Amino acid sequence: MIPELGNFALSLAAVLALGGSVMGLAAPRDDVLQRAAMSMVFGQWAFSLLAFAALVYAFVADDFSVAYVANQSNTLLPWYYKVSAAWGGHEGSFLLWILIMGCWMAAFSLRSGQYPLHFTTRVLGILSLLNLGFICFALFTSNPFLRLIPLTPADGADLNPLLQDFGLIVHPPLLYAGYVGLAIPFALAVAALLEGRVDATWARWCRTWTNMAWAMLTCGITLGSWWAYYELGWGGWWFWDPVENASFMPWLAATALVHSLSVTENRGTFKSWTLLLAITAFSFSLLGAFIVRSGVLTSVHSFAVDPERGMYILIFLALVVGGSLSLYAARAGQASARIGYGLLSREFFMLINNVILVVSLAVVLWGTLAPIGYEALTGGRISIGTPFFNAFFVPLGLLLLAALAFLPVLNWKRTRVEVLGGVYQAMGIAAVLGVCVWFVLDPASIVVASAVALSAWVVLTHAKQLSLRLRRGRLPAAYLGMTLAHFGFAMGTLGIAVTATQSTETDVRMSPQSSVELAGQQVTFTGVIDVLGPNYSAQQGIFILTEADGSNAYELRPEKRQYFAGGNVMTEAGIAAGFFADTYLSLGEPLEGGAWAVRLHYKPLVRWVWLGALLMALGGVLAVFDKRYARQRRKRPVADADPVTA
Amino acid sequence: MNPKRKQRLYLTLFLLLVASGVTALLIQISGENMNMFYPPADVVSGEAPVGETLRAGGMVREGSVVRSSNDLGVTFVLTDHQGADFAVEYTGILPDLFREGQGILVEGQLNAAGVFSATEVLAKHDENYMPPELMDLQGMEPPATPKSVMPGYPSAQSKADTATDRTHDS
Repeated sequence: MIPELGNFALSLAAVLALGGSVMGLAAPRDDVLQRAAMSMVFGQWAFSLLAFAALVYAFVADDFSVAYVANQSNTLLPWYYKVSAAWGGHEGSFLLWILIMGCWMAAFSLRSGQYPLHFTTRVLGILSLLNLGFICFALFTSNPFLRLIPLTPADGADLNPLLQDFGLIVHPPLLYAGYVGLAIPFALAVAALLEGRVDATWARWCRTWTNMAWAMLTCGITLGSWWAYYELGWGGWWFWDPVENASFMPWLAATALVHSLSVTENRGTFKSWTLLLAITAFSFSLLGAFIVRSGVLTSVHSFAVDPERGMYILIFLALVVGGSLSLYAARAGQASARIGYGLLSREFFMLINNVILVVSLAVVLWGTLAPIGYEALTGGRISIGTPFFNAFFVPLGLLLLAALAFLPVLNWKRTRVEVLGGVYQAMGIAAVLGVCVWFVLDPASIVVASAVALSAWVVLTHAKQLSLRLRRGRLPAAYLGMTLAHFGFAMGTLGIAVTATQSTETDVRMSPQSSVELAGQQVTFTGVIDVLGPNYSAQQGIFILTEADGSNAYELRPEKRQYFAGGNVMTEAGIAAGFFADTYLSLGEPLEGGAWAVRLHYKPLVRWVWLGALLMALGGVLAVFDKRYARQRRKRPVADADPVTA
Repeated sequence: MNPKRKQRLYLTLFLLLVASGVTALLIQISGENMNMFYPPADVVSGEAPVGETLRAGGMVREGSVVRSSNDLGVTFVLTDHQGADFAVEYTGILPDLFREGQGILVEGQLNAAGVFSATEVLAKHDENYMPPELMDLQGMEPPATPKSVMPGYPSAQSKADTATDRTHDS
């Protein structure tokens, strides 16, 4: 009964989405009709919430007559994983996607007091149209409420053990919040094109939403990487896997958008470029959905394989991208403005940032689609590995750091050359540091040394400007946010460079009571005991980690788990996490005589990768709380915009 | 030409130049880092090049896995059950789902003696899942083991929320 109610609620949400899109796109000038369009948005949110609650109920109540529940859950599963299993597979995760879309739309409506009502109605109409596409996809190709009657199984097939983890509870909601959140800048861009108006006020509106969506996407990707690190059990944190790339591409586009919007807001240039980026960012989040959900490839967290779904998303993608780009081609010329700027200006460095990010986007796109294209054309299979991505991302990342170091001293429009003195000073200090690192660490790795030097340079120039501002006593939240985000970028890049090149990894055969040395530490293997979890049995290795002189004993217990329901085997790593380095052990396989194959990792600065990314996200959120946006919020709603529609 | 148009022309030319440069680099570098996949028949017939990094795959032949007694070296035979098989040597930890009879992928190089020395062994995490490269091979349909708890539900078999289980040499 409850699942049927969920299905019904979802259908109602679809009807409301249809109503909202017709109403919103017709953009009536009548106040009552505009309010009606807005209330339909709240209706979509409320009914998606009901549908989602019905699905969660089916999971918690172990209703295995629902096919999706039977596929994803099991009576032995702890209750919190039963709840999170609701978004552990394709159908449920898409329902979550719809719910999050509803949340963004509702939030936009609640915060719409600052926008002209006419404009808001348009934006909500576009969002409702997108939501209609999403809901129809769920209803017609991947309905989570389908029943298995009369063949109801006695117990479910269990949730994939990889997904039985805290990471899965939080990673998808955040990631989807990022993906779907990019629909708001998209809708704002399309509405602006329809209205034929892009100005600083529009850019200010758009920035708030873009920053929030971008920050959530950043957190989502970071959590995913961290999850892969501790849950896959083999110490990798980024695989250039197509599914990861699918989330990285919209992130790159959104990062470019965040920067280009700042230029549009402050200087009124880059207008058409900003609009194009807003369209691109959301298109890539749809492309990501296509790559992950269509089954064109199967990889780390792919969900389901079904050509029907692939075709639906592909057609939807073509309509959204084709429609918005045609509109862009027809209208964007009007938005262009010619405002000059010198080479030594913020604008120009933002341009450098955007070019680097867009080139990175092209690289990831190529590396992700080339194997699919090759297979489609020749039938043969190829794989494009990490060296391809590294060949581009190492120089591009370093270049981006170098450009970033100049940013704090630059003014809009033009900057006097004299102010660069401080930048060169900082460069001198950073270079000395880089050379030291080069001698101490590893004379061969010039890349690490330059990454250290460039990150230090970025931090120094930003810190100097920050302290200047502090002394002057004026520190807008937007400035603090930017500085934090840039610190985060420097920290993350440094972490990536160091952990990618300075980690040690060894596979050894260890018999009980034997020990090996790992990066100055002593690892002693005590033995293996059997333990029993709620839905698995495991062999747990006990390792003692000590400093070379025997001090600071630390116990690590990596596991090899066998899950009862699916018979899957999982490797649970034992991790001694530290700010400066992780020690990471995983059990391989039992060998004769009680010995085990053991993999030992020592990973310096691996935490910095994620901490840096979180700092970036924090900076993005902080920037939203700047006074100028607050002022905008307090201001009474502007009278309805003049009819300038071209 | 008026200066505004001229500026626009330069900008367009510059963008075209950047775009073509990037495209050329992309094709060049992805060509260098591309690993072709070869089924057992191609490895045996000599179609797979010797000394180049490539991917191969097949089923692990029953009873062919031999562990070295003093280190982590292991040898096994990959077969397509159609008469083509080749030996693989690897040092390190095998993925959790590495079993005899399972379809797996190896990445590494083929030496002149026809032995594949693997730097990476890939298997998949789900019992019902077969690496996509192996799906195309004849006689290697994924083991049709519909879950007994789930009669008549087709997607139970095609469920592919699987993870690549990677192990590789340092």
